[in-house]
Amino acid sequence: MAQRALAIAPGGPAFAAAGLVLLLTLGTLAAVVLRAEWSGGLAAADWAAIRFTVLQALLSAGISVVLAIPVARALARRSFRGRSFLITLLGAPFILPVIVAVLGLLAVFGRGGVLNSAFTWVGLPPVSIFGLQGVVLAHVFFNLPLAIRFILQGWLSIPSERFRLAATLNAPVGRLLEWPMLRAVVPSTFLVIFLICLTSFAVALTLGGGPRATTVELAIYQALRFDFDLGRAALLAVVQFGLCIGAAALVWRLTGRDPVGSGMDRVVQRWDGGHPSADYAWIAATAAFLLIPILMIAVRGVPGLADMPQSIWAATFRSVVVASVSALLCVAMALALSMRGGMVMSVIGVLPLAASSLVVGTGAFLILFPVMQPSGAALPVTMLVNASFALPFALRALGPAVDQVTADYGRLGASLGVTGWRWVRLVVLPRVRKPLGFAAGLAAALSMGDLGVIALFAGQSEETLPLAMYRLMGAYRMETAASAALLLVALSFLMFWLCDTWGRKDADA
Amino acid sequence: MKSITYLPCVAGLAFAASGAVADTPVLQVYTYDSFTSEWGPGPAIEAAFEETCACDLQFVGAGDGAALLARLQLEGPRTDADVVLGLDTNLTAAARETGLFAPHGVEADLDLPIAWDDPDFLPFDWGYFAFVADAAVPAASSLRELAASDLSIVIQDPRSSTPGLGLLMWVKTAYGDEAPEIWEALADNIVTVTPGWTEAYGLFLEGEADAVLSYTTSPAYHLIAEDDASKVAWPFDEGHYMQVEVAGKVAGTDQPALADQFLAFMVTDAFQSVIPTTNWMYPAVVPSDGLPDGFDTLITPETALLLPAEEAAEVRDGALEEWRNALSQ
Repeated sequence: MAQRALAIAPGGPAFAAAGLVLLLTLGTLAAVVLRAEWSGGLAAADWAAIRFTVLQALLSAGISVVLAIPVARALARRSFRGRSFLITLLGAPFILPVIVAVLGLLAVFGRGGVLNSAFTWVGLPPVSIFGLQGVVLAHVFFNLPLAIRFILQGWLSIPSERFRLAATLNAPVGRLLEWPMLRAVVPSTFLVIFLICLTSFAVALTLGGGPRATTVELAIYQALRFDFDLGRAALLAVVQFGLCIGAAALVWRLTGRDPVGSGMDRVVQRWDGGHPSADYAWIAATAAFLLIPILMIAVRGVPGLADMPQSIWAATFRSVVVASVSALLCVAMALALSMRGGMVMSVIGVLPLAASSLVVGTGAFLILFPVMQPSGAALPVTMLVNASFALPFALRALGPAVDQVTADYGRLGASLGVTGWRWVRLVVLPRVRKPLGFAAGLAAALSMGDLGVIALFAGQSEETLPLAMYRLMGAYRMETAASAALLLVALSFLMFWLCDTWGRKDADA
Repeated sequence: MKSITYLPCVAGLAFAASGAVADTPVLQVYTYDSFTSEWGPGPAIEAAFEETCACDLQFVGAGDGAALLARLQLEGPRTDADVVLGLDTNLTAAARETGLFAPHGVEADLDLPIAWDDPDFLPFDWGYFAFVADAAVPAASSLRELAASDLSIVIQDPRSSTPGLGLLMWVKTAYGDEAPEIWEALADNIVTVTPGWTEAYGLFLEGEADAVLSYTTSPAYHLIAEDDASKVAWPFDEGHYMQVEVAGKVAGTDQPALADQFLAFMVTDAFQSVIPTTNWMYPAVVPSDGLPDGFDTLITPETALLLPAEEAAEVRDGALEEWRNALSQ
């Protein structure tokens, strides 16, 4: 990390952002704790849930990262028509709402899915998607795109001059250039995915196959909803934070320093490495795994598009507004935090990943209820929560770029007296445009598909698109719900694509 | 300067608006989401009640039945709710314990297959839990036969969904001490356990399982709304556990008269005739026009099973432990 930046980066916004994150994560937890009546510690079933949660998160994160390395390398060193669009498209699963993704996966891997039909056709026994394998499969489906994206960014940040130099000197590219980059990028990627899977709720429960597959988040849900045991819910939430901080500390110790200089997003001309066909095979297999389920969602959604109820459009409008505001808020917070930098800000930056959205929602409700009707605050609260939940990803994307700018121009800026907002506007923003666009797109898309906190607050008039879709399914209207899902996926993707494209425009300059 | 000139006007308007609202009393009814959705009974019932009450009836949706009670507990005595509608008998004991409810005081001639004498909670609809399947699939005729068969089923988690809890009670009521054996035998039939009804029914329609835990009335939806007669509910020899959905009056309501009026309205035709084809349950009082066409095709179980609220609360934790142990092996 670059030396902490002089007096040019304003501290106020960073503290405001950090305060907001702390309020939404630890503050809401405190609100729940204050209301709790303590009834005893964790039961045996809770420990079983903790073990299963950690196991599936380790497997999911490990597999995602291991698969992402060859795919990212293939994408980094091959150039073909539509490469850039494919990279964007491969990001799509990450922004899918859970229930939509699960239905898409079932259409491929389920009992009557494409895969099992093919197996039956060639005489193989069918495979079941339910159980630990299903949970891990779904988590890899969700998170492989993120892993590919982060690791690809690492590859592209190795300047092409170094590859040229290595080729001239006949030096081993893998050991000198790629290995140090991977050591810097892989642990934090693993950590982010591990934490995402740690708080998984609906995937584990729907595909888990039974109470064996109980996650901590489900135990929290049960404690909040069925037992109204706020104390146990809070205790489990503390366990989740503990796991998060433990994992983060471990990973930071293992992470190597990123030794490389600034690079440009170009396909690097390479003189080393395997046959192109192996790379293309990786790319094709990944595209099939990630895109066929989405294709199935699209196919199923088309028939009902014509008779979508009016209320869907209102919900869609609300979702787009919420997503846009939370994306803006998210990148503003990420920018403020990453310019401030430092260990504390990094910890705050990953904290939302470990937060249970059920506890956050409940805590926010408890904080708001004495002062106002919570449904009135449903959309603002959703914007804030969604912005903070996307913050870890935004920080992961923006942090290194901001560090780089500070390292390259910090002293110059300080000596010229370019500080505060002028420093941000004139120096930082133009240079971090690419990760900024990516982060904004990610935040917008994640917010579009989120069904966490809103469900606790929203009445009919605050309904967002995912909630409307879920309510359609609850009213037996599966076909219309499939169309709403298609609309949701298309819009999420469009928002991501718009932001990402804005960021990449003139990125070479 | 302009803004200053306009300010008194704006303030006056706001004042007038709040005055107009204050003239019409507001009745807040907390209920579950699907009740208030535009396909649920909410809109029609709101219109019908507002014709008679000179009030503003506001439904506040809060997740499912369990979430509804949790919401009320979160809010405590300060709650704005006047009436809570949508709890079931597995939740009423816990609801009573909160001390937030007052007796409903309504005398009604209910058409329930069981006797009803709860002074605090008044039923508005009910149904039988049942496994729903395609007509082409060979039906099981009892829980035990289902457990012994190769049929695959999707069920809901009793820790997060009311139908899931219903099945737990069904097995416990029908089999008592033998319940763990039934669950162990069912384990290999269960494809997966979902968080709620929605996911389970979605998986079933996707063809992931032969049958899904739902209601005897589910085939009526497919028949009436989709003209699809291919779905059936399997009648079981042990009898079927019931879900009775109830409403209660919040003791601290600031609109006691309106709340009483609403509860009385709840068991009249204007409310009850909306229920069958919006909530897809049986009305607590059959309207004078009878049930809609299509409901006559549904199975009527010979035995209705239902534990009294207090007993249901007592056996729940033990039954849950048996369920978890049997399915965790």
